[in-house]
Amino acid sequence: MSARPREPVAPYFIGWAVLLLLLGLSVLSAYEPIGPYLHPIANFGIALTQAAIMYILFMRLRGRPTLKWIFAGAGFLWLIFLFGLGAVDYLTRKGFPLR
Amino acid sequence: MSTAAADLLQTYLGEEHTISSWLLTHDHKRIALMFFGSVTLFFFVGGSAATLIRLHLVNPAGTLLQPEMYNRLFTMHGIVMVWFFLIPSIPATLGNFLIPMMIGARDLAFPRLNLFSWYLFNVSGLVALYFLFVGGVDTGWTFYTPYSTLFANGHVIAAAVAVFINGFSTIATALNFVVTTHKLRAPGMTWFRLPLFVWAIYVTSIIMLLATPVLAMTLALVAIERLMGIGIFDPSLGGDPLLFQHMFWFYSHPAVYIMVLPAMGVVSEVITCFARRPVFGYKGMCFALVSIAVIGFFVWGHHMFTAGISLLSAVVFSMLTFIVAVPSAIKVFNWTVTLHNARIHFDAPMLYALGFVGLFTIGGLTGLVLGTLASDIHLQDTYFVVAHFHFIMVGGTVSAYFAGLHYWWSKITGKHYPETWGRFAAILMFVGFIVTFAPQFILGYLGMPRRYYTYPADLQTWNVLSSAGASILAVGYLLPLCYLGWSLFYGRKAGPNPWRATGLEWQTSSPPIGHNFLRTPQVTEPPYQYDPRDGSYISQDGIRHA
Amino acid sequence: MPSARTLRPGMQYADLEQQSETAQLGMWLFLATEVLFFGSLIFAYTVYRSAYGHQFQLAGHDSFILLGSVNQAILVTSSLTMVLALRAARAGEQRALVWLLCATAALGLAFLGVKGYEYARDAASHALPAIDFVFKPGYRAPAEMFWTFYLISTGLHALHLSIGIVLVLIFAVRAARGAFSPAYDGPLEVVGLYWSFVDTVWFFLFACIYPLGRVMT
Repeated sequence: MSARPREPVAPYFIGWAVLLLLLGLSVLSAYEPIGPYLHPIANFGIALTQAAIMYILFMRLRGRPTLKWIFAGAGFLWLIFLFGLGAVDYLTRKGFPLR
Repeated sequence: MSTAAADLLQTYLGEEHTISSWLLTHDHKRIALMFFGSVTLFFFVGGSAATLIRLHLVNPAGTLLQPEMYNRLFTMHGIVMVWFFLIPSIPATLGNFLIPMMIGARDLAFPRLNLFSWYLFNVSGLVALYFLFVGGVDTGWTFYTPYSTLFANGHVIAAAVAVFINGFSTIATALNFVVTTHKLRAPGMTWFRLPLFVWAIYVTSIIMLLATPVLAMTLALVAIERLMGIGIFDPSLGGDPLLFQHMFWFYSHPAVYIMVLPAMGVVSEVITCFARRPVFGYKGMCFALVSIAVIGFFVWGHHMFTAGISLLSAVVFSMLTFIVAVPSAIKVFNWTVTLHNARIHFDAPMLYALGFVGLFTIGGLTGLVLGTLASDIHLQDTYFVVAHFHFIMVGGTVSAYFAGLHYWWSKITGKHYPETWGRFAAILMFVGFIVTFAPQFILGYLGMPRRYYTYPADLQTWNVLSSAGASILAVGYLLPLCYLGWSLFYGRKAGPNPWRATGLEWQTSSPPIGHNFLRTPQVTEPPYQYDPRDGSYISQDGIRHA
Repeated sequence: MPSARTLRPGMQYADLEQQSETAQLGMWLFLATEVLFFGSLIFAYTVYRSAYGHQFQLAGHDSFILLGSVNQAILVTSSLTMVLALRAARAGEQRALVWLLCATAALGLAFLGVKGYEYARDAASHALPAIDFVFKPGYRAPAEMFWTFYLISTGLHALHLSIGIVLVLIFAVRAARGAFSPAYDGPLEVVGLYWSFVDTVWFFLFACIYPLGRVMT
């Protein structure tokens, strides 16, 4: 069994650095008065970005879209269904929360 | 030794005889049989609860059982039947046995995971039997909060744990089926050459994988709330009881499709074989399966119409419920067209399958009645709902399960069951079923609530009729137990393909050898290449049979 | 030098590569179920955070953002070491593989250590629902609910991480005995996927727990 040619390490270190940068961004944004709606959007947006970097770079979900992409995305798509249809009730129901 | 014994030695049944060769097996066929044993046990546990319930309901005053005991029995019946019988029945027994064979593989992708799934199932079963025997639960199988979290006196946490572990078993099996179907198909077995049973199990497995984790979390939250009293679902502490229902039904509505789609797969296999016709609209059938699975995730709110969700969301869920009925109707239509003008062979599997088509149709149509907001207000939580889901689950799924057992019995055991008894049992089950559950539509319409241990005296006639039907149904279930068991010892020896069917599983010996096939099949034909004119067929490996 | 041991795939597989690809596919599918498992918890959290925004901000203010951030940095670094370990396996560098796996496990243990310290601090500030919970000024019941979600989500995450640490350690031992080579690194890839996923979950839990309430209006 001969060893394969060495892969570059740089992308992984860059990815690591970007993830830490995004962490810093998340912490900093917590102390900025950007309003009660922008805060969760910023924080979850950062989390999503970090997840994307993790999936694409570290978990090697790149190249042509394959079955792995479908399996990787299915969970998130189904969460959209849960959140979305659940939101229809929670956004329009008057009885909750009880003040 | 005799030829018969020598033959048996070559098969998966005879290869090794020790207990550990069964308990530590990697063979999907043996695991299927072990699941069959577990599932059958729980069928009779759940059935005994139903028997007691129907005996109690003969009398409007309800004197046979104490009210508390009645509540525990219908809860036990629901939990056991849903999670320990209906969900695993076809996938874990027939699916485990047949999927590798139908795609031309030697085993599933992860045989040890398969065995682990069986052990998980039995651990969950032991926990279930434990809490049943120490006094049970009285919340109903739906565990609605805040009753289950704050006020119920039974063993809710144990029940939640049992179902939680059961969910892991389901996920393990489903993962195996999906990956196997993607990666282990024999050469030439393209997606659109797969038998519809494989499509059905595949799609069911997708639902299992995406829905079950949500149930796991929901039950975990119930157990935590019950242990710690935090207020996750407690209105007085800011919680929302409907949040539980949203999360619970997000799983439990797709769960009913988990219970019915494999049955539809069996029915497709049986109908084509016994009508000697390719199924009408194969791709439409595949499309319908996928549509049901996906859209089935969008309709959960129809269980909550009267619970307090907003009117807008009720309307949205009602509309989506109507849409999800369409692909089911496509399937019924396609089966009907397949049967039209066909030379039908009314053997036992076909009788059960025909029973499925009729009873599922009635069950499905009554689902639309319930999906209509205006009528649901009157019918929710009445016997109309009970009848609706029993028509689908029992009239549908259980009939199809028996169809599949009879159809593949010779493949699994190498023996024939006595055909006359099979036909008799099928008809008896059908009649018993109708007498049991049709009156319940009427009872629901007349306003009898479900889960009540008493009812107004003027509804007694229908209740007695229903209970009488249940006794016939019970015989219909016990008969196959007897003659199928009998056939193991005294049944006529079966050849590889007694039904002259086209699938790959029929092109190898009955019972199969350990590795299923002597040589990997090369697939050149789509499924169901039956010639309706003379009954000849081309099996999927390309060989023409007269 | 890679091990000279030749391994045969399972009898249902054509070759080791098909078996390895299949195993990875299986792990991706399992991770989809985990997304829904944690995701449904976050759904419940979202419902209550939307309903009780101010209470959640109040409660979140008392979470230890420094410890949470340190932990995220630890986990991210462990994902780096994990992915470098996989690279070493593919390149046949046995020693690097073993050391990087050990580093990954060590970082995982460090995370658990910090988490344990954080739980101790939470207990000291009486933020353990139902066990030892003091309603700080302005707290009502939903604030306790925030802390419930905190405990459940971080507890489940820690459980998943612990399983990952055990797996990584087992594989480190096996790697030290020469079990893996460029031709056979399937199990490592699978554990790597799981490890990175557990890290990913933490990104979302962090967003739910720590940035709240730092800017009080």
